[in-house]
Amino acid sequence: MRRTRILAGASIAAVAALALTACNSGSPTSPGGDGGDTGDVLPWTVATDVTLDGSPTFENITDRGKVVIGVKEDQPGLGYLDVTTGERTGFDVDIARWIAASLGFDEDGIEFKAIASANREQSIVNGDIDYYVGTYSITDKRKQQIDFAGPYFITGQGLLVRADEDAIASEADLDENTTVCSATGSTPIQNIRENFPGVPTTEFDLYSACVEALLNGDVDAVTTDQAILIGYAAQQPDKLKVVGEPFTEERYGVGLMKGDDVLRAHINQLFTDGGDIWQAIFDRNLGDSGIQVTQPAVDAY
Amino acid sequence: MGVLFDNLDLWGQALGNTLLLFLAGGAIALVLGTIVGAMRVSPVPIARAVGTIYVNIVRNTPLTLIFFFFAFGYPQLLPSPGFTVLAMWALGIYTATYVAEVIRAGINTVPVGQAEAARAIGLPFGQVMTLIVLPQAFRSVVPPMMSVFIALLKNTTVAAGFSVMELGVIRAYLSERGENALVVLLWVAAIFVVLVLLLSLLQRRLENSWRIAR
Repeated sequence: MRRTRILAGASIAAVAALALTACNSGSPTSPGGDGGDTGDVLPWTVATDVTLDGSPTFENITDRGKVVIGVKEDQPGLGYLDVTTGERTGFDVDIARWIAASLGFDEDGIEFKAIASANREQSIVNGDIDYYVGTYSITDKRKQQIDFAGPYFITGQGLLVRADEDAIASEADLDENTTVCSATGSTPIQNIRENFPGVPTTEFDLYSACVEALLNGDVDAVTTDQAILIGYAAQQPDKLKVVGEPFTEERYGVGLMKGDDVLRAHINQLFTDGGDIWQAIFDRNLGDSGIQVTQPAVDAY
Repeated sequence: MGVLFDNLDLWGQALGNTLLLFLAGGAIALVLGTIVGAMRVSPVPIARAVGTIYVNIVRNTPLTLIFFFFAFGYPQLLPSPGFTVLAMWALGIYTATYVAEVIRAGINTVPVGQAEAARAIGLPFGQVMTLIVLPQAFRSVVPPMMSVFIALLKNTTVAAGFSVMELGVIRAYLSERGENALVVLLWVAAIFVVLVLLLSLLQRRLENSWRIAR
């Protein structure tokens, strides 16, 4: 009696497990990426016989045989993972690929890791990733723990609102009736709390959760770097819009292990020499957004 | 030390909110838990059933899911009083189930003769409970009750994911300010150890002053 019951239970579990796997195999997946970009030609070429003497990061990369890059995956246009195809796209991701190519690694030699904003310094310090490209603002405080190559992009804090919102045209319209959302603890939310006292704030782990809350009407505006917001607005132009001008300046850099001056100089040189490639990467990712940006000069400190 | 003193504004706010969640959640849990605990031993079948269903459903639901309901589901039904208040209710309602079970265990330690004697002199169920049984039950469950409250204190960090600025969030803030995340977490751990030590001290005092001679 007891045995049959256990058997029955086990078979139900087995059927359930089968049913679950059946669901899973229904969605197309292409692990590892299939070269990523079907059709169009990559603006960069993969270097051969690269040597970077005295770069501990490059030593790790060659020992391992592949590059591990920290990125974002919920920011359309900058760092985005399409979960159905497994394809990563975006300006930051392409910058990361370009750097990998300059080190002699093509798409097969790259492992992307999604790392949340709050964990970036620690991941670089721990050596979990070789470098980080994902809307990473260069600040003096961060330079105490890690190094930055770049900047490769300059933007500033902006506001995203619902397309039918008339009351908020810029940051001057924020008051106690407008709830603003951003990622937990992020610089933009700290800026709002300090410089716009009285404005209610809401914080979730991911910007995408804030955008969801904005569409639901739970919050009235989402704030973070304008480049990120433009990506969301471009994804759903009939529901979302970006208002106002950037009211801070954020300079995006590539996060590196502290003290790896050889790799930093290499990436800075790559950015300085590669103006055409930079422009091509910008055009294929953010060109349609209508924002006008020129490549910033690198700050080889 | 610099991590602490350079960012006192954030630490103060975070600690204040953690304590607020703990005290408010604890008060809700104590009141609600005592009522539910009493319901579970009451002579009224419906009260017993409601108590049993509440304890079994809420206690078997992960705290994160309860928070999820309060943060995202509740505001769809009724106007939201703000995430901090919702977090207090989530913590209080969740912890109340544990309080109820601890109190029920305490009630079981009170000799049946006590309740029978109280009934014999004509006290109704409410007075049997509040005058005779619960005071004795509370005294015998101080250690497990304090464990429930220590768990509640640590559970407040779950609110970090739901837009409440407390000690669970501070790492994200300080890592944006460029502080070392591990040092921040060590400080958070140290603060929790101090708070738990204070609770243990309170427990020892209550145990000594409420001891029943048996």
